[in-house]
Amino acid sequence: MGLSAVTVLGVDRPGVIAAVTGSLAECGANIQDSTMTLLGGHVAMMLLVSGDLDPAELRKRLGAPDLVVTASAIDARRHFCDDGGGPEGVGYVLTVHGPDRPGIISAISAVLAADGGNITGMSTRLTGRLYVLIADVDLPKDVDVAALMRRLAAVGASLDSQITFRPVEPDLL
Amino acid sequence: MKGTPRQVLGAPHPVLSAMAEPVDPTAPEVVAAAADLLATLRNEPATAGLAAPQIGLSWRLIAFDAGRHPKARSRAGELVVANPRLAGAAHWNEGREGCASVAGLSADVPRATRITVHGHLPGTGEAVTIEADAFEARCIQHQLDHLDGLLFLDRVPGVLSLHTSLHSCDA
Repeated sequence: MGLSAVTVLGVDRPGVIAAVTGSLAECGANIQDSTMTLLGGHVAMMLLVSGDLDPAELRKRLGAPDLVVTASAIDARRHFCDDGGGPEGVGYVLTVHGPDRPGIISAISAVLAADGGNITGMSTRLTGRLYVLIADVDLPKDVDVAALMRRLAAVGASLDSQITFRPVEPDLL
Repeated sequence: MKGTPRQVLGAPHPVLSAMAEPVDPTAPEVVAAAADLLATLRNEPATAGLAAPQIGLSWRLIAFDAGRHPKARSRAGELVVANPRLAGAAHWNEGREGCASVAGLSADVPRATRITVHGHLPGTGEAVTIEADAFEARCIQHQLDHLDGLLFLDRVPGVLSLHTSLHSCDA
């Protein structure tokens, strides 16, 4: 059974998700991981689906006049971060907020990448003049976090932005 | 003293990211600022609290009135506190909050649901202790963060906790 990565983009309206997932169900595809959000009034979905249909057939079945659909076959890998991130890493949450300008994400992500930091989730929002970035970050255990925070603070200052970087504290119950 | 409503500043603004200065609660300019802060709060019916930096004053003054909010349990009423200090916090819980200085965003933020705050009343300078819980405790902690240059965005526990949805009442 093959695995496909499906993306759906279109103007948001009630029923988009029902239509997409209904089409997937009708053709026997099983949704594994998925995420959906609104980007500036557009619905954006990314789905990992398993089934016997090839990607071209999936695109055809999901096609709608107001939706842009892509589908690609991918390898069935369930663990993408075996070195540094994942269960061996340490989780942090990064918050950046300040005036909007080009290059904020690239500047911040470059600092994290230089230390082997892996951004496992990210959301950015522009509201008025305020640009907000929240990211979940996995760091290798041997990273000098204090030094990393100093570098992040310096980049934040150069962007006139405020940065907080704090550990995730999961409670195992 | 009757205050004058002022404009609520929106982020990004330098005063919202600065550590506010302690004040003399008996100083006439502080009493006037407290009256303005309260007048501004009354002028923002969807907002349960404000801190002086939100009206452009980097002073340690907060105003709140959580009594109208349906999630409120303790209700200290309409109050302005100078130099508020968190003395105790317990029973943490997540709740969705927004801010009059951050339009269009809200987030699920962990806060203590039972707190003790010490401070002084503007004018007389009388020491005051506030025992708050539930929504009122969240509201006060949100205002205390403003005095330290923090927004609720700085306490978001993860990507999925940030929302663009509207909120029923700003903390």
